[in-house]
Amino acid sequence: MFKKLATGAALALALIPGASFAAGGSGHVEDFQFSFEGPFGKFDQNQLQRGLQIYTEVCAACHGLRYVPLRTLGDEGGPGLPEDQVRAYAEENFEVFDAELDDYRPAKPTDNFPVNDGVGAPDLSLMAKARAGFHGPYGSGMNQLFKGMGGAEYIASLLDGYTGKEKEEAGTTFYENTAFPGGWISMAPPLGDEQVEFADGYANDVHHMSQDVAAFLMWTAEPKMMARQTTGFVGVLILSILSVLLYLTNKRLWAPHKGKKTA
Amino acid sequence: MSGIPHDHYEPKTGAEKWLHSRLPIVGLIYDTIMIPTPKNLNWWWIWGIVLAFCLVLQIVTGIVLVMHYTPHVDLAFASIEHIMRNVNGGHMIRYIHMNGASLFFVAVYIHIFRGLYYGSYKAPREITWIVGMLIFLMMMGTGFMGYVLPWGQMSFWGATVITGLFGAIPFIGEPIQTWLLGGPAVDNATLNRFFSLHYLLPFVIVALVIVHIWAFHTTGNNNPTGVDVRKGSKEEAEKDTLPFWPYFVIKDFLGLAVVLVIFWAIVGFMPNYLGHPDNYIEANPLVTPAHIVPEWYFLPFYAILRAFTSEVWVVQIASFVTGGIVDAKFFGVLAMFGAIAVMALAPWLDTSRVRSGVYRPQFKWWFLLLVIDFFALMWLGAMPAEEPYASFSLIASAYWFGYFLVILPLLGVIEKPLTPPATIEDDFNAHYGKKAGADANPAE
Amino acid sequence: MSDVSARQQSQGDGTRRDFLYYATAGAAIVTTGAAVWPLINSMNPSADVSALAVVNIDLEGVEPGSRITLKWKGKPVFVDHRPKERIAQALADDDAPMPDPEPDAERVQRPEWLVVVGVCTHLGCIPLGQASSDPTGDWLGWFCPCHGSHYDTSGRIRKGPAPRNLDVPPYEFVTDTLVKIG
Repeated sequence: MFKKLATGAALALALIPGASFAAGGSGHVEDFQFSFEGPFGKFDQNQLQRGLQIYTEVCAACHGLRYVPLRTLGDEGGPGLPEDQVRAYAEENFEVFDAELDDYRPAKPTDNFPVNDGVGAPDLSLMAKARAGFHGPYGSGMNQLFKGMGGAEYIASLLDGYTGKEKEEAGTTFYENTAFPGGWISMAPPLGDEQVEFADGYANDVHHMSQDVAAFLMWTAEPKMMARQTTGFVGVLILSILSVLLYLTNKRLWAPHKGKKTA
Repeated sequence: MSGIPHDHYEPKTGAEKWLHSRLPIVGLIYDTIMIPTPKNLNWWWIWGIVLAFCLVLQIVTGIVLVMHYTPHVDLAFASIEHIMRNVNGGHMIRYIHMNGASLFFVAVYIHIFRGLYYGSYKAPREITWIVGMLIFLMMMGTGFMGYVLPWGQMSFWGATVITGLFGAIPFIGEPIQTWLLGGPAVDNATLNRFFSLHYLLPFVIVALVIVHIWAFHTTGNNNPTGVDVRKGSKEEAEKDTLPFWPYFVIKDFLGLAVVLVIFWAIVGFMPNYLGHPDNYIEANPLVTPAHIVPEWYFLPFYAILRAFTSEVWVVQIASFVTGGIVDAKFFGVLAMFGAIAVMALAPWLDTSRVRSGVYRPQFKWWFLLLVIDFFALMWLGAMPAEEPYASFSLIASAYWFGYFLVILPLLGVIEKPLTPPATIEDDFNAHYGKKAGADANPAE
Repeated sequence: MSDVSARQQSQGDGTRRDFLYYATAGAAIVTTGAAVWPLINSMNPSADVSALAVVNIDLEGVEPGSRITLKWKGKPVFVDHRPKERIAQALADDDAPMPDPEPDAERVQRPEWLVVVGVCTHLGCIPLGQASSDPTGDWLGWFCPCHGSHYDTSGRIRKGPAPRNLDVPPYEFVTDTLVKIG
C-alpha cells in the first residue's frame, strides 16, 4: 500500500507546484521552435547576432539591457562577436556616464548596456525569464524540460501578435495584441516588415524578426544556459555512475545478512 | 548511558589513551557512527541523510553566495545578476541554492510523514519529535527570509504579505509588525535584518539537528514494525540491529545519490521550474503582481491561513465569544500556526498502544487521507481565493485538524490493532531470512 | 543465518568485492571533488573584474611632451609621449651609474612612448610628474614625494630609497595609436 502511496505522492508533487502559474487570463502564446529548447539545445549564433541588430536598431530606442555587460557579446555560446567588433559596437552605439570623469563617454566593452527608462519602458535584460509562456500539461509546468519556460515564445508571440486595431483610453493609445494578457498593449507595434536589413540577407519579415529578437533576449536573460546544461548533463552522468556503484556495493554488503549466497 | 548495548571505543595505543583521557572525541565519533540500527529499516528512512546533506549544501553554497551578494535595496537585485553572469560558476551555485531549498522541503515533508505513519513520534521519542518540529519551523523561517533576498517582486510582496500576518494579532499586532520590518513597510532595514537572520538561523538549525540526533541515539531508531530493539544483552541486541557504519551509511548514500540525480537534472535543465517568473522583475513597492503565490512548500499552510474567512461559523463563534478580538484575519493566523502545533502534539494525541501504522488497519486509511489532504491543501494554496476553492480549502483544513484532534485520540480506543512481530529479527527474517532466493527488494 | 556466520563469510572472499568497494569510494571522492572545486573557483576574480585587467587606450591627440594617466588593475599607468630631447637624455644616461641599470631601449617598444606603472617601487606611493605643474625631480622624470625618490625620463630610479625602476606593464600597439595594456 505504501508503495502505491509513494507513487501517487510523487505524481502529485510533480503536478502541484506549477499550478501556481496556471491562474490568470493570459493571451495566446505560440509554441515557436527555438534552437535552444530541450536539455541539449544550443543558441544559434547567427540568430543571436540578428537579434542583437534588431535590438540595437529598434528596441534600444526605448528599452535598456542594464544587467548585460557589453563584453559578453563576445562570449562563446552567445552572439560570439570578435573582440574588435565588440569594442566598435560599444563605442558606436552607446554613451555611458563615467563617475570618474564626471561626464559621458563612449561605452567600453567593460560597461553594461546602458539603462534606458526614458519613456518608462521596462528593462529587457531578464524579460525572457520574467514571463512564462507555458504552464502545461495541466498546469504542472513539466513541459519546461522540453520547451523551455516559454519566455522567448511569449516575446515572439507578442511582437508578432498585433492585429492592427487601436483604441484610445484616457489619452493613451492601446494596440490590440493576441499575446498580451488583457488583449490591449500600450506599446505601438515596434517591428515592420523589412525594417532591418541583415548583412546575410536573412528573412526580415515581422514573423522571423520576432523570433530572432526573442532568441537574443533569451540569451540576455540566461547567458549561461548552455554551460548550465552541459554541467547538468555531466553531473547526471557522474551521479548515475555513483548510484550504480553504490547499488552494487549496498547489495553485496547486505547479502550475507539477507540469507543470500555472496557472489 | 541508556540505550542499546553495543561495543564502545577502547583506546589501545599510548597516544590514543593520552587523547581519550583528555578529550574522548574519537570515542564520541565511534559511538555515533557505529550506533546499532534496526536492520529492518526500509527506504523511507533515507530522508534523514538527505536532510543532513541539504543543510550542509545550503550552508556551503550560501556562504559562497554571500561573498558576492549585497543586501541593499538598490544593489541586491543587481548583485544576484552579478552572481548569475560574472562570478565563476555563480549561476550554478545560485541555482543549486535556490533548488536546494526545495529539495530540503521535499525531504522534510517525507521525513515528517514517515514519522507520522510509523509512529516515530510516540514515547519514548517525544523530544526527538518536538525538536524536529522546531527545526521545521526554523526551516520555514529561513526559507521565507531567503526568498526575500533576491529582491524581486515576489520577494517583496511575499515579505509584505507574510509579515502582515503578525499585524493580525490583536492590540500589539501593528507595533510588532513595524518592529519586524524596521519601518512602516518592507524596505532596506527589512532586507538587512532578513539577510542577517537568514545567515544565522541555519546554524541554529545545526544545533537543533545535533540535539535531534542525540535524542534518537539515546532512544534508538524507530523502525517499520515499531517494535523495540531487545536491550537485554549485547548478543540479543545484535540480532535486531546492524551498526550504522557501513550498512546504513552505504544504503543512505545510495538513496541520496539517486535523489541527487533527479535534483541535478532539475538544476541543470529546468532550474526555474519551482520559481516564479515575477521574481525576475526587481522589487517595486508601487506595483503588486497580479498573483502573489508563496513558494510551493508553504502552500498547504497558506491554504489553511486563507480557509477561515468571516463567513465560516467557527470563526463567527470565536469572534462572538471573544467580543470581536479574534477576527477572521487573526483566526487564520492562529489556524496556520495551530496546524503545526497539533502536529507537534501528536505524541500526546495518539492514544494507540501500537506504534507502527502497519499494524493498525483503520489508521492506515485515515493516514492515507491525511497525505491526500496535504497535497489537496498544497494545490488549493496555489488557486485563487474564490469558489469552489474556498470551500474545498475549508474542508481540507478541517480534516487536517480533525485527524490530529479527533481521529488520533479516538482510533486508539476503538481500533483493534494487529499483533506486531515479537522481535525485529523476526520481521527481518520474514522478509529475507533463510528463504532461498528471497525478494531482493528491501523496500517491502 | 546468524550474524556471526554472516560476518565470517563476508571476510572470506576475494578481490571482486575489494574492487567494487574501491571503485565506489573512488567515484564518491571524484564526485565530491567535482562539487568542491567550483566553490573554490567562485572566489577567483569574476568575469567583470578579469575584464578590467585589459585596458585599451587611444593615444590619438596626446601631444609630444604631454603625459596621461589611466587606471589598470586598480593602479595608475603613466603614458609619456616623449619629445626628442627626453628620448636623447634617456639614451645618454644608459651608461650612467644607477641602482637598477637598464638600457632605455629595453624599457620601451617605441621610443616616443614610455609606458610605466605609476607606483613608486619603494613603498607604493604615486610619484608626481604627470601634471605640467608637478615637480619632476632632478632627472625630469618623476619625483616621489613620500621619501624623495627621483626617476629619470625612462622611469629609472636615479636617487632616493626606491630599489627598482618603475615597472613596465605588458602592453602592445594594436595600431599606431591604440595600445592594449594587460
